[in-house]
Amino acid sequence: MKNLVLSAALMLACTPLAAETVRLDWLERQLTPPPVLSNLTGDPADLGLAGARLSLADIATTGKFLKIDWALHETVVAPEEDFLAAAKRVLATGARVLIVRAPAADLLALADLPEAAGALIFNTGAPEPRLRNEDCRANVLHTLPSTAMRTDALAQQLRAKRWQSLALITGPQPEDRAFAAALKTSLAKFGLTLAGEKDWPLTADMRRSGAAEVPLFTQDLPEHDLLLVADERGDFARYIPFNTWLPRPVAGSEGLSAKGWTEVVEDYGAAQLQVRFRQTASRPMQDADFSAWAAIAAISDARTRTGTADPADLRSFLLSDKARIAAFLGQPVSFRPWDGQMRQPMPLVTERAVVAMAPLEGFLHQTNELDTLGTDRPETLCKAFGANL
Amino acid sequence: MIRALLLTTLLATPAMADEIWVTNESDDTVSVIDVATLAVKATYPTGERPRGITFSRDFKRLYICASDSDAVQVMDPDTGAILHDLPSGEDPEQFVLAPDDRLLYIANEDDAITTVVDTQSRSVVAQIDVGVEPEGMGISPDGKLQVTTSETTNMAHWIDTATHRIVANTLVDSRPRHAEFSPDGAELWVSSEIGGTVTVFDAATQTEKGKISFEIPGVRAEKLQPVGMRFSPDAARVFVALGPANHLAVVDAKTLQVERYIMVGRRVWHMALSPDQTRLFTTNGVSGDVTVIDLATLEPLATIKVGRFPWGAAARPTPQ
Repeated sequence: MKNLVLSAALMLACTPLAAETVRLDWLERQLTPPPVLSNLTGDPADLGLAGARLSLADIATTGKFLKIDWALHETVVAPEEDFLAAAKRVLATGARVLIVRAPAADLLALADLPEAAGALIFNTGAPEPRLRNEDCRANVLHTLPSTAMRTDALAQQLRAKRWQSLALITGPQPEDRAFAAALKTSLAKFGLTLAGEKDWPLTADMRRSGAAEVPLFTQDLPEHDLLLVADERGDFARYIPFNTWLPRPVAGSEGLSAKGWTEVVEDYGAAQLQVRFRQTASRPMQDADFSAWAAIAAISDARTRTGTADPADLRSFLLSDKARIAAFLGQPVSFRPWDGQMRQPMPLVTERAVVAMAPLEGFLHQTNELDTLGTDRPETLCKAFGANL
Repeated sequence: MIRALLLTTLLATPAMADEIWVTNESDDTVSVIDVATLAVKATYPTGERPRGITFSRDFKRLYICASDSDAVQVMDPDTGAILHDLPSGEDPEQFVLAPDDRLLYIANEDDAITTVVDTQSRSVVAQIDVGVEPEGMGISPDGKLQVTTSETTNMAHWIDTATHRIVANTLVDSRPRHAEFSPDGAELWVSSEIGGTVTVFDAATQTEKGKISFEIPGVRAEKLQPVGMRFSPDAARVFVALGPANHLAVVDAKTLQVERYIMVGRRVWHMALSPDQTRLFTTNGVSGDVTVIDLATLEPLATIKVGRFPWGAAARPTPQ
């Protein structure tokens, strides 16, 4: 009550101006969760959306002082519903800035709609490197790190630790294959060797038989310093550590992994964001939540600095070297003008701690060391951002 | 081991000398540095995650923001005993004591509120809604204007201390960390950690007079993150702590040009001037030490190991 009275007083103290309303749209394609071995884990229903909601609350406080009313319209499309039809509906009702959590195919279909031509879309759910390369779109920026950023960050740590000879176990899912491919590219980029690899074939229920199956399965891998696992759904790899034939650390999808954000990130004021998130969402903050949070934080920063909420102006500010967005990672984040990817430090984490923050010391770059992670300007296959080159 | 050390320091007779007091964020202690010997002469336990630290005008009371204990603690600096807590609101990070020596303006980081506490009646006088993650706290020398900066809202909120209402909100670059009025009250300086700049405002009109950027050869621009600031005793210079750049910038207060950079410890946060005004002490969070700088030569003189993640610093002259 006291706060209410004080807010009222505050409003009176400010110069009376007509408030400007800025509409943002959350557009999500829900998926039927894939089956995994463990019965205890699964994605929270509000993954991503909870980050968007928190970010909206943050910028609403800023907006109060600037006389901007931020509104978040939420559209969640059920697995059996037509995503594109829903996307057309929100665009028809005036959506111009969209924060999207959807698979790559849906994201591209949305971006290619004629009515989305002048819109600004933030990809917070699809990590595929191709969306930042041959399939990039001028109206799509990415706040979710690409798979390549994750594997480059991990490779830097392996290089720094001189764990140069690696073995790899790859799961059967398409995203496992994609992650393994990105890992191999990163190993080559940072001068590491893949000594051997195997595909994960087992259908056994590893909850009961991990201790029996994994030593045998890993016994014929060649000598290696560290075992990489590609298991992006979190299915089998959790049963690998401490069951391997050789006593070796595990990294990749399980063990040491690089993510845009996890609940253990706490330096540089991150603890404050974690506390705010837990208070509102009643669960820890994940990378998809952070991507959504960062998209809206970037939009608000661009609106504040440019004085306009026009999607084209927001886009050109975010792609310029003037953007220095605070994101609790120890240095400003910004967007790559050649593919629209948000460049950010990548935490290398275990379940309980940040082991290191990539880019690691010594990985140098002529303009921005964050560009040692992911597709750099000379390698990009993206043509849609050509005007910026 | 730590307990033994604490006991030793508690039993030792306090030597008569000027002191610098430093909060150790990750140790839940304050370290007391003897300015004459440049040694830690005492370490006292505090509440959880101590950050902001300041003395009452007579130096008989030490106020400590114990952020994770949700309290401002009042310590007797002669004994190290915690006398009582003040009602501070949640997660107090930084504060500033009004020139009247009575009202304490506290930034409640998790609540987007500035809490005004009467240190005598130990009661909350007002709570003012500010931006997200308030941190930098400055007060004009005449006590009429208090400025709270909010890290995520990127603003300086100018609060009239007579009414406890915001009279102006001014935008600064990303993640403002510290607000400091010039000793004559004419200017307000605000550091922006992620923006990498310091904005200088004309305090009377709240308009921007200038903006300072930093550049150190061999240090990445992203690492130049201004945080704590102090005016030199003659007000001719401002020392700006540059966080993970591990340097202080020495800025000419008139021309706003950087005169030079001084290498200090890792992730430098805040500073205190020795009571005789000849030396500057910096808290270096990551290296867990304090750098002592000679103000005549602007050269580092010594490094003093303190606790883990030293954050705030305050000076106390020789107890009379």
